[in-house]
Amino acid sequence: MSLSHDDVARIARLARIDIPAAETGEVLQQLNRVLGLVDELRAVDTTGVEPMAHALDARGGMAQRLRPDEATEPDRREAYQAVAPEVADGLYLVPRVLE
Amino acid sequence: MTWEIVVGLETHTQLLTRSKIFSGAPNAFGAAPNAQASAVDIALPGVLPVLNRTALEYAVRFGLATGGRINQRSVFARKNYFYPDLPKGYQISQYELPVVEGGSLRIALADGEKTVRLVRAHLEEDAGKSVHELGGDSAVAAGRGMSGIDLNRAGTPLLEIVSEPDMRSAAEAVAYARALHALVVWIGICDGNMQEGSFRCDANVSVRQPGAPLGTRCEIKNLNSFRFLERAIEYEATRQIELIEDGGKVTQETRLFDAERGETRSMRSKEDAQDYRYFPDPDLLPLVIQDAEIERVRATLPELPEARCERFGRDFGLSAYDAGVLTSTRASADYFEALVASSAAEPKLCANWQMGELAGALNRDEKDFTQNPMTPEALGGLLRRIADGTLSGKLAKEVFDVLWRGEASSADEVIDKRGLKQISDTGAIEKLVDEVLAANAAQVADYLAGKEKAFNSLVGQVMKASRGKANPAQVNETLKRRLAR
Repeated sequence: MSLSHDDVARIARLARIDIPAAETGEVLQQLNRVLGLVDELRAVDTTGVEPMAHALDARGGMAQRLRPDEATEPDRREAYQAVAPEVADGLYLVPRVLE
Repeated sequence: MTWEIVVGLETHTQLLTRSKIFSGAPNAFGAAPNAQASAVDIALPGVLPVLNRTALEYAVRFGLATGGRINQRSVFARKNYFYPDLPKGYQISQYELPVVEGGSLRIALADGEKTVRLVRAHLEEDAGKSVHELGGDSAVAAGRGMSGIDLNRAGTPLLEIVSEPDMRSAAEAVAYARALHALVVWIGICDGNMQEGSFRCDANVSVRQPGAPLGTRCEIKNLNSFRFLERAIEYEATRQIELIEDGGKVTQETRLFDAERGETRSMRSKEDAQDYRYFPDPDLLPLVIQDAEIERVRATLPELPEARCERFGRDFGLSAYDAGVLTSTRASADYFEALVASSAAEPKLCANWQMGELAGALNRDEKDFTQNPMTPEALGGLLRRIADGTLSGKLAKEVFDVLWRGEASSADEVIDKRGLKQISDTGAIEKLVDEVLAANAAQVADYLAGKEKAFNSLVGQVMKASRGKANPAQVNETLKRRLAR
């Protein structure tokens, strides 16, 4: 499987990465090399093997730990907002995105 | 041409936990902006999510209540998209292996019942909120084209419940949404507050010729009232039918319902967003639920609406209709049982008053059973005085109004203070009847001449003379006896 220039443009748009037209060729080659690696993995016979959802998700492996339902976090808005680019009235300010 | 409307719903219910799904920030509505957004909720680098045990328990509770299968192994996934109120750039959700699969919900329709199948119910986190209309200090920022972001809602636990496309009209979709709403409140996993966004529906709507394969669907997002849900589906179905009849084709897309204009319109920003590039979240191990845990949760389930409805019919001798209305919410069903216990009256009398006067008063004042000012003890005391003949039905309604307005704490107090006790003393009623007969010789003559209507007029005169307090049955009987002589 290999990608086209259009695929690269679409993936870049979904990931919000700005790739200048001059660089798409290079990115295309890099991505195709990654896909080549995936193809090698695919060649392995995995019949009867249940897909893992996590590297530690082996038989007898670890399961997710849970937290008791208690509100433990204090309000630290001031500290968090001290490093934000712009805030007002307790809100983080961002360029408007309207539906 | 006849068209069939096909609707499936995806419902987001906010779970009634004390803390967020993956952080220890409080999960409460109405705090100052960002005062309940922890490092995890605002996605500071290096933080890790840890699942809330109660959120999981509530999901299991829902699965058990709807007869679904609880997956002993389920997986959290990242749903990737960019929006300012989603600071991580992905929402933690479940994709391939949700907590609950299958199950069903019975809904009541005007012409009977229907079972709606459920596809799945999965856990996920809510996003934050964008604030476009800024005031105060931030009004200046709005002028520069900025929006505010409040992340208090980010990380609120959601159970997304997905139905099969089993509904065939807007009315059926509303009946399903109402039944689902009643259930999640009933089993205590959601407060059901639609104004605050605790229960929100997305509707997938398509149309087809009866018997044909499913048509192309459109998804209408974020419908937070039953009325909007109904109007949005009706509008959307009509739009699709007109489009097809004019030779056009429905495009699969996400649409918004504009309540002011009563129409749906396309959300262009979502055109690209269908590709969420889900993958298992490496921050969260697969979730394993043991049998013992499932059984422990099963033991916490209250008696469910269907079982309670059947029991009301069986134990209280109520009709299926009465039992269904009384068990439409858990608060209503609890109220009814308390009312029967405190009044010691016939369950049918209790049902009539709860579904009549009480429901009417609640409706008039736009309250539901959780905001009911009339305690079952207060109404029970009133019904006891009807049952023992102290109050006529008419006087009882007056006493009800006094109690409803909070002007007295018990029916007995009102009866004492206002002298409303029904007159059932035979001697006193005979005296009243004789006085009325003596003063209305003409009507007596009419009656004796065969004019039946004159009798009712005489009853009215006696009731008036007693200021409504005479026992009507006794007045009738005494008048007949006197006039027969």
